Amino acid sequence: MYPRWLWRVFALPGVLWLLLLFVVPFYAVVGVAFGRVDPIFQNPIPVWNPFHWNTAQVLETLARFVPGHAYWVVFLRTTEYVALSVVICLFIGYPVAYYISRHARRSKTILLVLLVLPFWVSYLMRMLAWIDLLAPDGYVNRFLMWSHIYPHPPNWLSGNPGSVILALVYGYIPYMILPLLAALDRIDQRLLEASRDLGASPMQTFFRVTLPLSKTGVLGGSVIIALPMFGDYYTPAIISGSPRTSMIGNQIFLYFHGGPQPAVGATLTLVLSLFLGVLMAYYMYSVAKTQRLAQ
Amino acid sequence: MKAQPLSPAPGAAAGLLRRLLQRRSGPVRKPRVLALVTWAYIAWSIVPVLIAIQFSFNAGRSVSVWQGFSLTRWYWGDPVNSVWHDPALQHALIQSLKLAGLDMLVATPIGVLLALGLARWRGYGARPANFLMLFPLVTPEIVMGVSLYLVFQYVFTFIHPSTAAQVLGQVTFSISYVVVVVRGRLFSIGRDYEEAAADLGATPWETLRLVLFPLLLPAVLASLMIVFAISIDDFVITQWLSCGAGCDTIPIKIYSATRAAPLPSINALAAIMVYCSLAAVVLAFVCYKLLTRSESSADSTQAAISSVGAFDL
Repeated sequence: MYPRWLWRVFALPGVLWLLLLFVVPFYAVVGVAFGRVDPIFQNPIPVWNPFHWNTAQVLETLARFVPGHAYWVVFLRTTEYVALSVVICLFIGYPVAYYISRHARRSKTILLVLLVLPFWVSYLMRMLAWIDLLAPDGYVNRFLMWSHIYPHPPNWLSGNPGSVILALVYGYIPYMILPLLAALDRIDQRLLEASRDLGASPMQTFFRVTLPLSKTGVLGGSVIIALPMFGDYYTPAIISGSPRTSMIGNQIFLYFHGGPQPAVGATLTLVLSLFLGVLMAYYMYSVAKTQRLAQ
Repeated sequence: MKAQPLSPAPGAAAGLLRRLLQRRSGPVRKPRVLALVTWAYIAWSIVPVLIAIQFSFNAGRSVSVWQGFSLTRWYWGDPVNSVWHDPALQHALIQSLKLAGLDMLVATPIGVLLALGLARWRGYGARPANFLMLFPLVTPEIVMGVSLYLVFQYVFTFIHPSTAAQVLGQVTFSISYVVVVVRGRLFSIGRDYEEAAADLGATPWETLRLVLFPLLLPAVLASLMIVFAISIDDFVITQWLSCGAGCDTIPIKIYSATRAAPLPSINALAAIMVYCSLAAVVLAFVCYKLLTRSESSADSTQAAISSVGAFDL
């Protein structure tokens, strides 16, 4: 009923936009990473032709990712923070999503509203909230001293890895709960009833039916929060601001805005994207699969 | 039908115990622990923000010690440091709203058209285009920030770090969110209405204008809302393409203030952003409900929430 060219024309502006401002820019990172550095002014000269690429810079950067070298510590720390935060998010998020999808009845709508609420509060605002709470004379410390749980509380806001992980969990957990909720909501209730009718205990039903069926949600949610966490630099900068808790993103930021060495920064960005490419590929594959199932 | 245990009970006490256990673990039990965890989580996710908003009404200069209530001091009362009187804060507020408005105006039409195109375009190029659209959703923002920063420096050198560059960057990642929202709506309305219109003699243009676009309107509204929210929330790309103090937005101001000694005026500024977002959400939700009230189903409220929250990623 519509002319065949119509949809292609509709898609054209968007596709062009993404090509010019997403694909080309990424190639600019590649060009700078494989480019040369002006010997006098120290500014990068990007090389666009792959046949003329200068691989020395990339190899040198990669060599520093081996244990015992500069980036290894930062990379390891980043991975630790991200892994810990994802696991904590899962342990908090799963019960919440499970309760809302399975047991909440009359309160389901209000719970959903409250669950989406953090999405409408800026991430930086939510970090600011913890700055206020964790300040030396803030509510957290005053509670700890008043209750004698911790009479001499540490300085939470300077080089404290615990605070950074708390902030990461607080910042990203809403993005974890929603895919979990979607996956748990999709489970056919009859399968659970069948499991119970066949004599499985609630525990067995959970571990052998519910959990395996929610696997896509668990993996999807973990990936969707792990990706931005790997690129995060503002959370550690705000909450700790110390090189002892700096993540790979802080390192990249430093090369561009601290001591200007954009070529090294671009190389690090490239390494980070390749590393995350595996996670991204997995996520996009699973999205494509669920879309095929939905159609 | 409850599951019956297969083994006979060894005694009356054991039987009683088992009955008690069974009552506790039956399919209709109230999962008190789970409910507690859920409500505790909700409280933990919201109370810190409320406390931060509370400090925007602090009468004193501290953001961590309560020194009495003042409704207006940090909003416009203080002649030097309040949001209204501090030119830097006022400018950040204006810059944030300006970027959000421009982002909405540019990203929404492009995204709606792209969603229509991708959902229905069959043939060569459709799959790569679909694939391309997903990338901005999963790429860490720092990678996009670095890319755009470098591309404006070395390739599109006629664009300098500026408000225009910030808009270009924000639109690039906003388009995909619009596509996700609009495409969800496209699938849920199906093609029946359009086929009926065509059967009744409507031209393709009339079908588009009189059938498809009105049906897409709720999704367009939801998209506008979402683009507004992600634009006003965006920190990374806006910072990487910033031209300095003149391009500072609210998130950038919060970021730099937390690294110095913050005043409650920063809380006031952040709180204003929360009020704006919440007002916009409520508005979008009400519009969505009004526009889709004729197709109300049992869980239309939940559909509206999920559409406004854009979480069928």
